Amino acid sequence: MEPILTVENLTHTYSAGTPFERSAIRGIDFAVGPGEFVGVIGHTGSGKSTFIQHLNGLLKPTAGRVCFRGQDIWTSPRITHETRFHVGLVFQYPEYQLFEETVYQDVAFGPKNMGLAQEEIDRRVREAAGFVGLREEWLDKSPFELSGGQKRRVAIAGVLAMEPEVLILDEPTAGLDPAGCESILAELRQYHRAKGNTVLLVSHSMEEVACHAGRIVVLDNARIVMDGTPREVFSRAKELEAIGLGVPEITRVAMRLHEAGLAVDPATYTLEALRTQLLSLRGGRGPC
Amino acid sequence: MLKDITLGQYFPGNTLAHRLDPRTKLMMVVLYIVALFCAKGFLSYGLMALFLLLCVRISKVGFRALVRGMKPLILILIFTAVLNMFYTPGRAIASFWVFTLTVEGVWAAVFMVIRIALLIMGTFLMTYTTSPIALTDAIENLLGPLKRLRVPVHELAMMMSIALRFIPTLIEEADKIMSAQKARGADFETGNLLRRAKAMAPVLVPLFISAFRRADELATAMECRCYHGGEGRTKLHVLRYQKRDLFCLVTMALVMIGAVILGSLGY
Repeated sequence: MEPILTVENLTHTYSAGTPFERSAIRGIDFAVGPGEFVGVIGHTGSGKSTFIQHLNGLLKPTAGRVCFRGQDIWTSPRITHETRFHVGLVFQYPEYQLFEETVYQDVAFGPKNMGLAQEEIDRRVREAAGFVGLREEWLDKSPFELSGGQKRRVAIAGVLAMEPEVLILDEPTAGLDPAGCESILAELRQYHRAKGNTVLLVSHSMEEVACHAGRIVVLDNARIVMDGTPREVFSRAKELEAIGLGVPEITRVAMRLHEAGLAVDPATYTLEALRTQLLSLRGGRGPC
Repeated sequence: MLKDITLGQYFPGNTLAHRLDPRTKLMMVVLYIVALFCAKGFLSYGLMALFLLLCVRISKVGFRALVRGMKPLILILIFTAVLNMFYTPGRAIASFWVFTLTVEGVWAAVFMVIRIALLIMGTFLMTYTTSPIALTDAIENLLGPLKRLRVPVHELAMMMSIALRFIPTLIEEADKIMSAQKARGADFETGNLLRRAKAMAPVLVPLFISAFRRADELATAMECRCYHGGEGRTKLHVLRYQKRDLFCLVTMALVMIGAVILGSLGY
């Protein structure tokens, strides 16, 4: 499958040439295909925020290339600008970027910048609002009247409305309660299924990524250290722990059971899979 | 791009200039400015320049950093120089239309430029070697007597230090919001002035909202820690004059007296 977004030997150095010089990412190679759901995981300061800001041309690489559909996004200012519509980026705490008088206008900001026709903007705003579960009557409210979770949905809808081929979200669930987290992630998964677009989910929670992503990329100390399916990544539990990331709780339970001599796959990472394995161990007699 | 803005940049160090009491430095700058305005001729200006050079050497602040700090003020320097050159009465060298270039004017311009340059470099030397917090502390302390006249000195100093503290925070915040809006296709770089000003609304609205939110949170946090103004409040770092402060102040005073005497004699 032809990759949609490729990164070659990407390096970014902050404050180059001063005593404060610091490389946030060094020599990163990465490619993502259409329709993939990738989890990007790493510690604070591992370089993940710097990395994703290169993918839509917000930061210019110190060295290396970023290509969208095979074309270097820094070829001309126009192409850089257009890349931002193809690669949508939702920042951390995106609710702090709302500024319009109504929710509708705020969601329409991106599509308007694309220069679309009025009807097309209207269609996109309503569709994006639907994806994140914004009710029709909220569209005419001021975004500042909404609750924290609702504001965040408005901000995410603002990026979805541009219908980006690649959607990147930087910790979209930070600071939300568990129910809020779950519903935002469920909406994202639904969006991914409905649209079939590429999604990159940045997070520091292994659980979150394990349940949703088909592929996990682990960043540590300015480099990509692991890249593979959740099974492959979680089977390297020792290395993950050395980085200080750890594995999902379910995997930890599975590992213990495996060590205790039970025939359980130690790289199991969903509750459902562990349940099935344990039930089959009981000879299919069903739960007690 | 906003990261390039530096305000009252402080270069940490451990020289005599850094260790001096901030109040001493503030008073020295005041004396220095007074002396500068009493200077008249080459001798007195030379004395002032020599003294500044000595201070710069002691502080180990690069001379280049001082000159770089003057860059934004170059326009003002040129403007004053030109005004002085043409509007000082005296012996004419050349004249065209309503402008007359005079000998006295040229000298006045030269001295004015030297005076402003020394003045700027002197004050910059202070801000380069004193942290903003120490400086507000010093201002609060020196303005202390005004409390008797019911001037809210402590509150003013507190406001100043809070403002200084939040400059980097707000710059970072503005940077983040700009990136977020750029990600939605906002364009800050092209178009005429009006279009660019309009394009700033998506940045300014969230920035103001967040500034108010921060102010609110800070007020709550201060109240939670029982802040109630300056009355009876003690300091973590109590300012105490040392021998070196006396020494430096006396030196500065002597230089000033020297400059005043030289100046009044016309040198």
